[in-house]
Amino acid sequence: MAFATKMKLRKIGDGHDVLCLVKHPMETGLRKDQKTGEVIPAHYIEIMTFTLNGNTVAEAILGQGVSKDPLTGIHMVGAKAGDTVAVAWSDNKGESGGAETTVQ
Amino acid sequence: MKRRVFLKKSLIGGAMALTAGYGLLRSVVATALEWPKTVFDQETEADAVKALFGDTPVVESADVVIKAPLQAENGAVVPIKVTTERADAESIAIMVEKNPVPYITSVNLGQGSSGFYSARIKMGETSKVSCYVKAGNEVLMAAQEIKVTVGGCGG
Repeated sequence: MAFATKMKLRKIGDGHDVLCLVKHPMETGLRKDQKTGEVIPAHYIEIMTFTLNGNTVAEAILGQGVSKDPLTGIHMVGAKAGDTVAVAWSDNKGESGGAETTVQ
Repeated sequence: MKRRVFLKKSLIGGAMALTAGYGLLRSVVATALEWPKTVFDQETEADAVKALFGDTPVVESADVVIKAPLQAENGAVVPIKVTTERADAESIAIMVEKNPVPYITSVNLGQGSSGFYSARIKMGETSKVSCYVKAGNEVLMAAQEIKVTVGGCGG
């Protein structure tokens, strides 16, 4: 199953805010199915890596406590027009995804 | 997380990704950092802080600024923004005292990113939300109480 990943750059001050939105259920493993009463297994993003031209800029660690469809943001400095900013994530079920964009 | 090790791994990951392309970048980066299961296993915030930062004393500081609502009508989505002016900030962590798993999320800042992290978090009930910033040999923190209204009708 693929999860749509979107990334947005916003020029702020001396750098860019990088926002990443993933369509992901982020199940805690504590919730029960209301019809069957069975526990819904945990399914959440664990690691999210932000890169600039392939070099890691920041690594986020996520867990059950992050909202469904997580929106995370960092502030990147030193990105120039034409540079490639990418994000890659992996979850506890071994699924992964990512997105990339070019600095305007 | 040791900053030097983190940077070194980043460099390796970056160099390999440049030669091998995007597909490998994902797998290389994903294995570079271990998901800290021991921190997520802690049931109290104090234990989680200890698991994350060791014995480093935690000081409350005005250098950590939290931007979050005072009251959240929907505990499933609470936006939190953490900013720090400290240039030597290495990582930022968010914890919710009364959640079943107090450790919510954190970010390791490498070269090219400054002290800012934003995330949307889940909150089971009204609780104190604490943000920790590791800078040099110090751990700085700030906290804010966020009221969660169940039912979403305000009040």
